[in-house]
Amino acid sequence: MDKDVPRAMHDLGGAPKFMCEPVDVEPHALTDFDREVDAIRQILGMKKVMGVDELRRGIEAIPEADYHRLSYYQRWIRSITDNLLVRGVITEAELRAALAAEK
Amino acid sequence: MLAPGQKVRVKLDWPETRGPCHIRTPHYLRGELGMVVRHLGNRPLYHIAFDLAGVWHEGESGDEILVELYEHWLEPA
Repeated sequence: MDKDVPRAMHDLGGAPKFMCEPVDVEPHALTDFDREVDAIRQILGMKKVMGVDELRRGIEAIPEADYHRLSYYQRWIRSITDNLLVRGVITEAELRAALAAEK
Repeated sequence: MLAPGQKVRVKLDWPETRGPCHIRTPHYLRGELGMVVRHLGNRPLYHIAFDLAGVWHEGESGDEILVELYEHWLEPA
């Protein structure tokens, strides 16, 4: 059943750890951050800048160590940011300036 | 085009080991034998049924797993 081949990090069906640890299926409250990330994704979709497939592709391209460290919506914003940088919608300098201004 | 009732086998392939890629074919179904249930929409996408016990070694006779799979992952069986 569990084939002895490395799996992509998002492909969790049948992973042995879920056979030993109960899965937390309780609903989670959304934080303001979560809602904001979701809103950004929806705006980018409505403006035809970025679709959900690109979001998923970006999430699956996150380096594995980061992928496991990040929360669900942190993965989203990481993917969104990477997509916007690649497309030139924002520049790295603009991103750094915006992040510095937040501190 | 695959017909309902046709037996198919999911390719025993692991593209994720060759570099980053976008994959929706579950790891646990590679190489498994299934049956076409229906074609979905305008894409080469199908509902494929698998015998639950054959894949997971649990459940009762007649239990099945229904998964959406793209045609290029399927081989006649």
